[in-house]
Amino acid sequence: MDVLKKVPVREQEPCVRAHNFEEVCLGYNREEAMEEAARCINCKNAQCIKGCPVAIDIPGFIEKIKEGNMEEAYQIISHSSALPAVCGRVCPQESQCEGKCIRGIKGEPISIGKLERFAADWAGEQGIRPEGAKEKKDKKVAVIGSGPAGLTCAGDLARMGYDVTIFEALHEAGGVLVYGIPEFRLPKEKVVRREIENVKALGVKIETDVVIGKSTTIDELMEEEGYDAVFIGSGAGLPKFMGIPGEQANGVFSANEYLTRSNLMKSFEEDARTPIMHGKKVAVVGGGNVAMDAARTALRLGSEVHIVYRRSEEELPARVEEVHHAKEEGIIFDLLTNPVEILSDENGWVSGIKCIRMELGEPDESGRRRPVAVPGSEFVIDADMVIMSLGTSPNPLISSTTQGLEVNRWKCIVADEEHGKTTKEGVYAGGDAVTGAATVILAMGAGKAGAKGIDEYLSGK
Amino acid sequence: MFQILEARELTENIYFMVVEARRVAKACYPGQFVIVRMDEEGERIPLTICDYDRQAGTVTIVFQGVGAETRRMAALQAGDSFRDFVGPLGCASELIAEDKEALKQKKILFVAGGVGTAPVYPQVKWLHENGVAADVIIGAKTKDLLILEQEMKAVAGNLYVTTDDGSYGRSGMVTQTIQDLVEKEGKSYDVCIAIGPMIMMKFVCKMTEQLHIPTVVSLNPIMVDGTGMCGACRVTVGGKVKFACVDGPEFDGHQVDFDQAMKRQQMYKTEEGRALLRLQEGSTHHGGCGNCGGDK
Repeated sequence: MDVLKKVPVREQEPCVRAHNFEEVCLGYNREEAMEEAARCINCKNAQCIKGCPVAIDIPGFIEKIKEGNMEEAYQIISHSSALPAVCGRVCPQESQCEGKCIRGIKGEPISIGKLERFAADWAGEQGIRPEGAKEKKDKKVAVIGSGPAGLTCAGDLARMGYDVTIFEALHEAGGVLVYGIPEFRLPKEKVVRREIENVKALGVKIETDVVIGKSTTIDELMEEEGYDAVFIGSGAGLPKFMGIPGEQANGVFSANEYLTRSNLMKSFEEDARTPIMHGKKVAVVGGGNVAMDAARTALRLGSEVHIVYRRSEEELPARVEEVHHAKEEGIIFDLLTNPVEILSDENGWVSGIKCIRMELGEPDESGRRRPVAVPGSEFVIDADMVIMSLGTSPNPLISSTTQGLEVNRWKCIVADEEHGKTTKEGVYAGGDAVTGAATVILAMGAGKAGAKGIDEYLSGK
Repeated sequence: MFQILEARELTENIYFMVVEARRVAKACYPGQFVIVRMDEEGERIPLTICDYDRQAGTVTIVFQGVGAETRRMAALQAGDSFRDFVGPLGCASELIAEDKEALKQKKILFVAGGVGTAPVYPQVKWLHENGVAADVIIGAKTKDLLILEQEMKAVAGNLYVTTDDGSYGRSGMVTQTIQDLVEKEGKSYDVCIAIGPMIMMKFVCKMTEQLHIPTVVSLNPIMVDGTGMCGACRVTVGGKVKFACVDGPEFDGHQVDFDQAMKRQQMYKTEEGRALLRLQEGSTHHGGCGNCGGDK
């Protein structure tokens, strides 16, 4: 065994998984996990913890795995994270915990994500639940949104003894974990549902089909339904479009719509009752994780798929692992390419996508080199379906119906980072609703901060 | 779960249901809609609210069995439940926010086509309760397909019924009645609200444009979440892209790009047709749906 290298993780073969929705990564078994855990040198001043937005005691749980005490390992993680089986799968570990791992200086860092996933899956299979509150507090908190920020905040508050209810607009709890991230990356039944059951086991109630801002408002929750504090974790749900000619043609979808149909409505299954379009040749515009998810979903539904991205491979915002998986499966990358018009046939259906070649110029405010169009380089990519994956912005439904809740010019709710405190008393916020579209783990970090803020606020009352 | 307290067929293939949904009943206004899902595997179906009772905590929906899912829903009986019933979604009718006294001075015409009579009803009823008598035209293909006539009569100023085949009331399309009322019967209107099939709304708007009557239409495009998340319902209004679920469903009819909206409604026709075929043929199904492989 080479101590400088990670214990390799088993994956489904690319040629096999390109045709199914089963999970790509198969995870470690007990022996592999213990072998990988043995690589950890248990640093006194553990950098990995500093890299974790929810500050999990990483050397602590790895030590337990090394000893074979999986239950203890799980309890250590679940003390800091409500969603370990999710995070072990979708966190960008390379830029967080694993990015700071001392082992990584000379060789490969410890496979912290895969170990977390192992501990969480093991506990799930054994039916082990996180430990709940010993004493109940007589205070009610409403949490809006059941995505990563909301679930984390609710879980933490329930553990402190608060009476917590989550309000979810869709018919199923989980937010982006159920409507956004595909089955092959994050299994819904085995992983997401189980984690949500764990949050419920802590005493959290979940009411689905309630759209705050429509079905009721934050002011009504506080004044009429007796909630002492509110956490807003409503996410960034509104899709962006390019604003180019032809975008209303039949066959142009937002990644949100396409993924919601496939993931939440299960349209990828043959007998599903919600339809989804099966394109022959699909162009996915954008280079983020969501673009990779949409592309890999279309591939599995039998399409030839092109990623159309205006910068080069180096600037792709998606995780390296996702890009790597997408390439292995046969996604074609059309880089330095920017759509200028969607072409359609006489019945209004997409027939192609007119693009222009780009080259990289000087760095822009994001530090990435600005793409500049090459004059006269227009060409047409053949396509019968286009998926726009250009990011999302927060939904104004809540901010526009809540008295005294300030938003910034991007319509993001103004909240302080440390406690998630908004401009309205008793109302806290975090996740994409505050930051704009970001990652699952950052939203969880914000959920934790919000729980701490709410606890301090209600304790002082 | 949201229990169905009353369920009946109003006419062939049009169904009326009263559903217990306290939050929706408490918060909704005319012009808004709900999304329902009949069971665990069900599709999300947007339906305009037909009536509500805040006291009883109930909401009334009326729908036509057009696709496979609404035909399944048609079989639900009193005592059954919807798995999901979420709302109210979209914006309320703009009339609700207007000054009540100013509203009483206004001459308002509603044009309802087919199952579109259902979403017109709560608006006319709300106006009636606020002392405003609005004229209403109901158009139906034939006498037997006419719905909510008595209910509408009770709340409307003048009610004009027209059937395409002349089997009841006036004869011809609703556009003919609008033209007759204004040009031959001395009526004048400050505003028209038209709700019905997309093609009817398009031609009503053409007519009212000629007659210089500002017109509001209620669009019912394809939707998934109904909260602005998916963008499936985008429509072009006055050259700008709008989401019907959050910016609408009511828009200035003279600004709506109906041709585009009608094309977009066809988006899943092939898939829906296949699903319907599977449902209708049941166990005798042996291919043709394009999905099961039975025809290969």
